[in-house]
Amino acid sequence: MRKLLAFYALFFPLTLAQSVTITYWQYEFRSKVEAINELIRRFEAQNPGIKVVHQTFPYDAFQQKVAAAIPAGQGPDVVNLYYGWAPTWVKAGYLAALPDDWARRLDQGFVAMAQAAKVGGKLYGVPTAVRSLALFYNKDLFRQAGVAAPPKTWEEFIAVGQKLTVKQGGRFTQIGYGIAPDGQDHHLVREVLVRQFGGRPYSDDGKRVLYQGEAGLKALSFYTDWVRKYEIGVPGFFPGNNGYRDGFIAGRIAMIIDGSFAIGTIQQGARFNWGVAELPLERPGGRKANFGSFWMHGLTPLATGPKREAALRFLSFITSEETQRFWLEKVGELPASKNLIRDPKLSLHPIYGPFVLSLAYAKATPFVDEAAQRKVMVDAINRVLLQGMDPAQSLRIAAEEEQKILDQFWR
Amino acid sequence: MRLTLARREALWALVFLTIPLAFFLYFRIFPAFQALWLSLYEWHADPAQRRFVGLEHYVRLLEDPLLRRALWNTLLYTLLGVPSQIALGLIIALLLRKVPFGRDFFRAIYFAPYVTPAVAVAWVWSWMLSPHFGLVNELLVLLGIPPQPFLQSPTQALPTVAWVVVWQNLGFQVVLFLAGLESIPRQYYEAARIDGAEGWRLFRHITWPLLNPVLVFSVVIGTIGYLQLFTQVVNLNFTDQGGPLNSTLTLALYIYQLAFLRFQLGYAAAVTVLLFALILLTTLVQLRLLTRRVEL
Repeated sequence: MRKLLAFYALFFPLTLAQSVTITYWQYEFRSKVEAINELIRRFEAQNPGIKVVHQTFPYDAFQQKVAAAIPAGQGPDVVNLYYGWAPTWVKAGYLAALPDDWARRLDQGFVAMAQAAKVGGKLYGVPTAVRSLALFYNKDLFRQAGVAAPPKTWEEFIAVGQKLTVKQGGRFTQIGYGIAPDGQDHHLVREVLVRQFGGRPYSDDGKRVLYQGEAGLKALSFYTDWVRKYEIGVPGFFPGNNGYRDGFIAGRIAMIIDGSFAIGTIQQGARFNWGVAELPLERPGGRKANFGSFWMHGLTPLATGPKREAALRFLSFITSEETQRFWLEKVGELPASKNLIRDPKLSLHPIYGPFVLSLAYAKATPFVDEAAQRKVMVDAINRVLLQGMDPAQSLRIAAEEEQKILDQFWR
Repeated sequence: MRLTLARREALWALVFLTIPLAFFLYFRIFPAFQALWLSLYEWHADPAQRRFVGLEHYVRLLEDPLLRRALWNTLLYTLLGVPSQIALGLIIALLLRKVPFGRDFFRAIYFAPYVTPAVAVAWVWSWMLSPHFGLVNELLVLLGIPPQPFLQSPTQALPTVAWVVVWQNLGFQVVLFLAGLESIPRQYYEAARIDGAEGWRLFRHITWPLLNPVLVFSVVIGTIGYLQLFTQVVNLNFTDQGGPLNSTLTLALYIYQLAFLRFQLGYAAAVTVLLFALILLTTLVQLRLLTRRVEL
């Protein structure tokens, strides 16, 4: 027995040292790339037997590369992906399920929304950080308009928005709210307004669309009225990939609803005083709701044998509490661990605070085909805004289309 | 056996031709057949788990409203784009022939958009066409026309995208027609003038028929280009690609979305086969209808 142990002690580290190289893929985002590079250095120092190769691709080409590389046996062992992509990837065979003890670790230690990393009861990835939505507002514009504090209810939100909207001869030069159906607003309608108005967007098992009910209709009508009735904004005010955010940074938009991932960009770009507030409510003391999301690290089918062991060890390292703390400082994304979120230093922070407080009640949409489902809600909004369709009819079409997508996946 | 010189040259030519032929077979023809094969399977990253579904994807083609939309849009782009760029290209080329000096300068200006990356073009145009800050609307307002939503309107977006593509391809078209015009021997015009022909009749009976090879080339290449339209559509409305409300969605973009955003590579392959058939068919029809012998 002792001989056997000695044998292992002698050879196991050696075999590791000689052979295991794993590959990690994520999309190109500077602070994330730098953070992972630093983490790989630390990990390799702790695990001399494992080498991690880090590769990045532009965001638009990322899924394309994954789709082509893995079947060719060339891709990553550990891959970073948006939680909403997981079902699509699982179905097409691009992700490998994690061992059962990982699911227990996730259940016990991570914020509730991380459950969305499970597909059909199996766990396919673990996040380092999570995000939620909040209201960014331009303090300088607020002061000029004589508004003291960010709006707490939607009623106040509309009043502030109208004060801050400037229109000249049919064209807006400044708007109160950066309407962006294809930005974060489709989440706002689906996960925030529907719930605040007393409804549920989906059944608990995520297999049935429920937003076509009364609350959903109220949500879509109310949201589209921001443009049609109250005129606090107009879609496509600023052109470009993230026009609503660019317009805010340019000081032309007084308020936007955006994710915590936007903090860095706004911090770097904005040349004025700005603040962050929790999303407004239907009425004081009304129901709170938020959309939570995350990028997770999953294992691909390429990670087999000793590679799988090494990949799991790396996964464990980049999702540890220690890494999460480092990630917050370096990248500015909120930790995914329940323990860390409870830290009062974080919840009282003027910028992170509103996001952290929202995490407690944030829910991640149970996407099975994120690209198609996003489009359903964006189109539902656009049919009303751009074609003047009745919200009830538009919502009915959307619910039917989305139910088809869900049925297709779960059949 | 001794070969004649001509035969030896032909033999060498064949030897050298096999290299590009092998390249073509392997990188062009083989993947095309692979797509056909792929379209019969439900995609899975592991080849062992790819399920044979036969013609299921082709049945789905028939009942897919998005595909119908993409197909219709693609045809509209082609019908709007190809005639416009040929007509404008020909007019500009004819005018340029009349300009006594600075022809190269004009030519360079018209050619510049063609060599500018499509992504940059799309980005600049999305600003120029902005309803609130754009130069184009600025001009419209000066002319007393109310600002237009262009890319944000489900009815205006497709013609707007088509216009941007026409604008970008125009330089290439002009250069083609200029080369075509240069190649027509001057004697024909001189002879016709002696016979009393002028202006329109010269164009109708000499220029137009003798430009036929260029025209056929332009129509075929232009059509294939519009049938494969992708980059401009993607970049003119980046966060809602093919939008608003699928009004700018093309077949190529739909294939991309199916394959690389939704990982339905089997179905995407079926749409690819459809696009391939469509291009092949239109090209054959065009070559047949447009090519004609010219008798003077």
